Amino acid sequence: MTATAPPATDVATLRVVGKQVRADGVLTLDLAAPSGGRLRDWTPGSHVDLVLPNGLTRQYSLCGDRFDPATYRVGVLLEPDGRGGSAYVHHELAVGDVVGVGGPRNNFPLVPSESYLFVAGGIGITPLLPMVRQAAVLGADWRLLYGGRQRRSMAFLDELAAYGDRVLVRPQDETGLLDLAGFLGAPRAGVRVYACGPAPLLAAMEAACADWPPYTLRTERFVAVDGGAPARTTPFEVELARTGTTVTVDPGTSVLDALGRVGVEVLSSCRRGVCGNCETTVLAGRPDHRDALLDDDERAADDCMYVCVSRSRDDRLVLDL
Amino acid sequence: MTATATIPTSDVDPFSHEVLEDPLAMHAALREAGPVVHLARYDVYAMARYAEVHAALVDWQGFQSAAGVGMSNFRYEEPWRPPSLLLEADPPRHDAPRRVLQKVLGPRALRRLSERWRADAEALVDEVLATRTEFDAVPVLTSAFPLRVFPDAVGLGPEGRENLLPYGDHAFNAFGPSNDLVARGAPRVAELSGWVAAQCRREALAPEGFGADIWAASDRGEITPEMAPLVVRSLLTAGVDTTVHGLSAVLYAFATHPDQWARLRSDPSLARVAFDEAVRWESPVQTFFRTATTDVRIGDAVVPEGRKILMFLAAANRDPRRWADPDAFDLSRDPSGHVGFGMGIHQCVGQHVARLEAESLLTALARRVRTIELAGPTVRHHNNTLRAWESIPVRTTPA
Repeated sequence: MTATAPPATDVATLRVVGKQVRADGVLTLDLAAPSGGRLRDWTPGSHVDLVLPNGLTRQYSLCGDRFDPATYRVGVLLEPDGRGGSAYVHHELAVGDVVGVGGPRNNFPLVPSESYLFVAGGIGITPLLPMVRQAAVLGADWRLLYGGRQRRSMAFLDELAAYGDRVLVRPQDETGLLDLAGFLGAPRAGVRVYACGPAPLLAAMEAACADWPPYTLRTERFVAVDGGAPARTTPFEVELARTGTTVTVDPGTSVLDALGRVGVEVLSSCRRGVCGNCETTVLAGRPDHRDALLDDDERAADDCMYVCVSRSRDDRLVLDL
Repeated sequence: MTATATIPTSDVDPFSHEVLEDPLAMHAALREAGPVVHLARYDVYAMARYAEVHAALVDWQGFQSAAGVGMSNFRYEEPWRPPSLLLEADPPRHDAPRRVLQKVLGPRALRRLSERWRADAEALVDEVLATRTEFDAVPVLTSAFPLRVFPDAVGLGPEGRENLLPYGDHAFNAFGPSNDLVARGAPRVAELSGWVAAQCRREALAPEGFGADIWAASDRGEITPEMAPLVVRSLLTAGVDTTVHGLSAVLYAFATHPDQWARLRSDPSLARVAFDEAVRWESPVQTFFRTATTDVRIGDAVVPEGRKILMFLAAANRDPRRWADPDAFDLSRDPSGHVGFGMGIHQCVGQHVARLEAESLLTALARRVRTIELAGPTVRHHNNTLRAWESIPVRTTPA
C-alpha cells in the first residue's frame, strides 16, 4: 500500500443508486455496492476512476459524505466537446446500471490549518465541497469564492447557502471575472489556499499567490499541465531491472506503450499523467516528469515516474519492473 | 422494532497474570459465549469472534478511537500523555498524520533500506553463530535486530536507546487497567517520556531518516510543526516492542515446528508468509479498545453509546469460524486478512517495516541454520496488551 495508490486492479463493481440534476449541465451520481456494504474509505480531495459500460474511464472527485460508508457521490459536468464520458453519464447511464470504480485516490489532500481560502471555478466545486464541510466541522476559519458562468450552471448552491457569508457566489454574467486579489488579501503565513477549476483560473491563482509563502497554494487540475516540449527528441532506452529486458522508446511512443509492446503491462487509466495508476519506481536515470501529480520535491527525488506521459532526460532509465 | 438480545456476562480478568501467561482458553470461552460479551469486572464489552472484530475495526464511524484505544475513556479521564495523533484520533484529524506517516514508511522508502537491513541481519547472525550454537533468542536476535536497525532508520542519536523498550512496554501496559503492571512502570514514566519527547525534536534527529522525513512533511505543510514531534513519537512508541515480540513469535514458532523450519529453508521466499502467519498465530498485539459512537448493534445485541469495547485481535485470529485448524502454525496457509496488524484506517502503518525486518532476519537465519529447537524452558513477559517472550533458549545446528 502506498500513500497515493491502492492497487488499480482492485476495481469495484458498484451500482448507480441515484442520479440527480444539480444545475444546468451538472448532475450527481450516487454509487453503492450491490450488497449495500462498506466502500473503501476516502478523504476530502479524493477522486475515483469511473469505468463506464461504454469502455471509457473517467476521473471524478468524490463530493459526498465520508461519514456515510456505503455511498459515493460524484458530480459530473456535461462537456459537449469532451471525449464522450460525460455525455454517456448524462444521456445513457441510468439508476440500476453498474459501473467499475477504481480508487479512491487522493492527490489533493486537505492539509491541517486554522485558516483556509477555497476558490472553485464551475465543476471545480466538487472536490472542494467535502473540504468546506470538513473545515466547518473542525472549526477552522474559512471562506469559499465560487465562480461560474451563470448562476443556474452552478451546482450545490443550496447546500452552500447554509454557510452564510463564508461563501461568495460569483456568477460571471452577474459580477464579471473573479476578484482573486481582493479575495486572497495580502500575502500572509498560516493560510492554505485550495483551488480547483479550469486551467485559466488555476494559472491566475498561481500568479495571484506568487508572493505567498511556499506551499500555500494547492490546486488540482483534471487536465495535465502542458509541460512544453520533451527534454529530448531522440530515442532512449528503458531497462527493466527484474527481467533484464531493455526497451527502446522512440520519440513518438510513450514508455507505457513501449513496455506494452514487449509484454510488460503496467496498469494505467487516464494516460494523461493525472490519475496516478501507472506509478513506477525508477532505480536509475533521470525521468522527464510530465505528469500533474508530483510536486517539485517529489520530482527532484527522481525515484518514481508515471510512465503514461513521463519520459527520460538521460539515455537510459532503469525501472523496477 | 428489532428484538434486543441479552448480552452474556463473564467475570474473567483478561489482564490477570494467569490469563496473560496463557490466554488461549479464555479466548475460546469468550468466542463461544457470543458475538459480544460484558466483562463484569471492568464493566466493558468485549468481542472475540473474527467477523465482529473485523467489522468493528473497519467501522471507524461507529467505533471510535479518539476516546482512547485502552480501557481509559478519554471522554471522562485524563490520558497519561498527550493522545497519539494516529492511534488515538478519528477522521478528520487522523487524516493528515496518517497520510504523512504512511508515505514515510511506504514501500518506496523501504526499498532504500532493504539492502542495508539484509546486510545487517547477515552480520548479526554471523556474530551470534561465530561463538555459540545455543543461546537465548530474545536478547541476541529478536530484540537485538530491531534495536540495531530501527533507531538508525528513524535517525535517533546513540544515547539512551535502551529507553525504547521500557517506554513502549509501559505505553502498551497503559492501555489496560491500572493494575500492578502499570504500577511497576509508573516510577520511570516521567523520565522515559522526557527522553522520548527530547528525541522527537528536529534538532535531535539525524538529517536523513524517518524522523527527518516527518519534519520535512511539516515544512511542506502536510502536517503542522506542532504535529511533527507527536508523529515521530508514534514511531518510537509503536515501532520497537511490537516488532521485537513479532520476531520472537516467529522464532518461537519455528523452534517448536521443525517441519515448518525445513520448509522455509527449502523456500526462503516463504519468509514473509511465515511472519504474517506468526503474527496471526501469536498476535503480538492482543487487544485494543474502541468506543461506541452511537448505540451499536452487534449481532442481536446493542452496546450503548459511549461504552468501551475490548477487541480481542488474538481471539479473532484463531476463530475457527474463520480459520481452518486455527491453532496450527502452517506456512501453507494464506494468513491474509488476519487482524494482528489491525484493519481499516488504523491498520499498523509500520507493517511494511516489520515485514522487512522479519524477512531480513529470517532469510539470514535460514541460510546459516539447519535446525533450531528449544533448549530449555521459555519464559513469558507479561504486558496488558502485548503477548511477549522474556526468554526463548534455543539450540541450533549450522547449515
